[in-house]
Amino acid sequence: MFVSNIEEIPGKTITTCYGIVSGSTVRAKHLGRDIFASVKNIFGGELKGYTELLGESRDEALDRMKSQAQQLGANAIVNVRFSTSSVAAGAAEIYVYGTAVTVE
Amino acid sequence: MDSLTIFLILLALGFVFGKLAEGRHYRSILAREEMLLRLPATSCKKPMGKTLPVGHAELVHGHVVISVDYFKQLLASLRNFFGGTIQSYETLLDRARREAVLRLKESCPTANEILNLRIETSSISKGNSGDRVGSVEVLAYGTAIYYREVSSQHSGL
Repeated sequence: MFVSNIEEIPGKTITTCYGIVSGSTVRAKHLGRDIFASVKNIFGGELKGYTELLGESRDEALDRMKSQAQQLGANAIVNVRFSTSSVAAGAAEIYVYGTAVTVE
Repeated sequence: MDSLTIFLILLALGFVFGKLAEGRHYRSILAREEMLLRLPATSCKKPMGKTLPVGHAELVHGHVVISVDYFKQLLASLRNFFGGTIQSYETLLDRARREAVLRLKESCPTANEILNLRIETSSISKGNSGDRVGSVEVLAYGTAIYYREVSSQHSGL
């Protein structure tokens, strides 16, 4: 599966277009991480727990988008965009979307 | 009296450790940026200058969550009262963005160029600590391209 965030896959030609595919996850961090993060908020610096959490959920959203594209019979996704929104205190939604195409 | 002592201790801890952490982070950012100078990242959609055939392209991303320390949070809320630039948050966002771009580049060290680099910022701890920013997440993503002669050497990619 080729994925890019420009309108084409460099070095390939697009033959068929299948329309938009997307994947999303909503995740909450667990209490332990929450407490650790509020301690870290005093000292400043990277919140590794949150970085990991958001990384995992972004990978999952990407996987969901890819499997949706595979179901359509596409072999590439172009013009991919990420967006993050916090739906509630302590939970984040990661949304990934792009256009499924076939390339040669 | 007790709560004042705790407040002052927190303030001192934030000031000392926050300053140390920031200095250490900036040093590591500068060192790594110098190492990765040969891998340019642009916000353009076409490769700049050279027009070599592209062998392989893939989506790459890097991200980081960084929080501000207690002392700077207080400074910022004071600034909120008088208005003006909040320097403590400027350095926080600057560090977060540069770190995210560095992680993106480190995830594809053999690429030749990164196209269409986009940087997105979101504050993730709203609601936890009132309306203060607290911590920010920065996501950088782009398309890494490998020129054909290079990608034949690294066919595993």
